[in-house]
Amino acid sequence: MTLSIHLTVNGAAQDVALDDPRVTLLDLLRERLHLTGTKKGCDRGQCGACTVLVDGRRVNSCLTLAASLEGAEVLTIEGVARGDELHPVQAAFIANDGFQCGYCTPGQIMSAIGLISEGRLDGDPERVREGMSGNLCRCGAYAGITNAVLEAEATMSETAKEAAE
Amino acid sequence: MKPFDYVRPATIEEAVQAGSMEGSAFLAGGTNLLDLMKGGVVEPQRIVDVTHLPDLSAIDATSDGGVRIGALVRNADLANDADFAGRFPAVAEALLSGASGQLRNAATVGGNLLQRTRCRYFYDVASACNKREPGSGCDAREGENDGLAVLGWSDRCIATHPSDFCVPLVAFDAVVEIAGPSRRREIALEEFHRLPGETPEKESVLEPGELIVAVRLHAESIAFCANQRYLKVRERTSYAFAVVSAAAGLIVEDGRITQARLALGSVAPKPWRARAGENLLAGQKPERAAFERAAEAALAEAKPSGDNAYKIDLARRLIVRAFERAAAGTPNPLPALPASPFAHSPEAAHV
Ligand SMILES: Cc1cc2nc3c(=O)[nH]c(=O)nc-3n(C[C@H](O)[C@H](O)[C@H](O)COP(=O)(O)OP(=O)(O)OC[C@H]3O[C@@H](n4cnc5c(N)ncnc54)[C@H](O)[C@@H]3O)c2cc1C
Ligand code: SF4
Ligand code: FES
Ligand code: FES
Repeated sequence: MTLSIHLTVNGAAQDVALDDPRVTLLDLLRERLHLTGTKKGCDRGQCGACTVLVDGRRVNSCLTLAASLEGAEVLTIEGVARGDELHPVQAAFIANDGFQCGYCTPGQIMSAIGLISEGRLDGDPERVREGMSGNLCRCGAYAGITNAVLEAEATMSETAKEAAE
Repeated sequence: MKPFDYVRPATIEEAVQAGSMEGSAFLAGGTNLLDLMKGGVVEPQRIVDVTHLPDLSAIDATSDGGVRIGALVRNADLANDADFAGRFPAVAEALLSGASGQLRNAATVGGNLLQRTRCRYFYDVASACNKREPGSGCDAREGENDGLAVLGWSDRCIATHPSDFCVPLVAFDAVVEIAGPSRRREIALEEFHRLPGETPEKESVLEPGELIVAVRLHAESIAFCANQRYLKVRERTSYAFAVVSAAAGLIVEDGRITQARLALGSVAPKPWRARAGENLLAGQKPERAAFERAAEAALAEAKPSGDNAYKIDLARRLIVRAFERAAAGTPNPLPALPASPFAHSPEAAHV
């Protein structure tokens, strides 16, 4: 049974033929669309390495069936920078040493982008730690990650204010 | 994962019809179903994707002033709906204490009610498990069972229902609306899940093909909104299932409790309404001694199913703390660490 779905990945509309409905969004991205920035850690919803945005919301792509994404807009780590200009969350992860080996980082950054857009952090580190608890880091870079998210939240709300003025 | 057919019905009628066929499973957020399929714990032949069905994603006011929550409303959207969270703050707190931000964005109301137990032998297909394979035995009885049930269990199965969301829902008299092949019906959430008895594989009253379409909360339950809490003891601060959890609500008039609500999570095969504890509180002053008596009554029938006698004591203490916090008033905004019994607050100063 071949199934065809229409979705947008990093701004580009695509028709994807799925020869097998078992394909998850994570495997679709990595194995078929060759977007290997999104990482597979546990493949069972427990680590957050596979986090992407679907219709603007952060989700675990390993527990999302690609076939169910008809009409969806997917954003992955490959789609967040504007050319050579890093996304503010990417820049903040570098400035704050928000990683060591880097394996969890694409998932952390996508999760942070989703979390900041949810709009309830108010610069509170406790809320950042709680909001990022679905992203594990085996290198234990948590202190840097928390600082990076706080800094990015501040920069992004500053930019939003300037844009509004 | 075993191969399966994928169907995407356009209407509830089509979904119910496809769901009635042998080997079908409904797919909502997929956060439990796909996990179980990857582990070979469940092997549906047909996935009926209900996520594109119309009209199941709204949070509406009912004519009596209550709330009707569509089965496809995402856990995060319900918790973050300001109107809803104002009326049912303990439900919002329970939702926010569950899983992770990513999972709450995907998980649905219907899927949360029907999530399966986290008993490790259920997940391990090499183990004997009456729930997964009726009649095969229960490796949990002689195994690692410290997290399992102290109420409502049977010799066949000692697993717990792991949902946070269901605990305040059952405390505040939620009703489940169901669409089936021949009719629509509704049932109190308290009656929705079944105790294991001889048939632990039958976990709810749903018949083949029946689809949850909504969960309703009555207007009367909103009266508890000023004094309610959900507290959850976990093995780590966040992103962990409950060891024991409690939802407590009070209506206090002129210094006396007129009505109380109490339910427990992760102690039984279903979200556990503790009416015996509630009844003792009517007419009492909202004080520790009364809460301790209620906690005693709530756990009167409890017995360990293994290395878990500690859960009975823990549940008693958590009930007392949940009622004390409820009596102190619902916090607004909700704490940064939802449902944490250790969050900063006067009565937790000693921990
Ligand atoms: C790592 C991890 C941590 C978690 N931690 C917590 C936690 O701390 N607390 C907690 O409460 N939960 C926790 N969960 C569980 C999570 O809440 C559930 O997986 C989720 O609520 C299920 O919803 P879903 O929409 O994804 O359901 P699905 O996985 O799509 O479905 C679950 C079941 O419900 C059935 N179903 C779904 N919708 C309907 C419907 N409308 N009518 C009839 N049947 C239906 C499906 O057929 C399936 O059997 C955790 C999950 C993971 C993976
Ligand atoms: S407790 Fe229940 S779910 Fe766990 S192994 Fe025994 S029968 Fe299976
Ligand atoms: S790979 Fe998806 S959560 Fe771990
Ligand atoms: S940086 Fe290595 S796992 Fe997070």
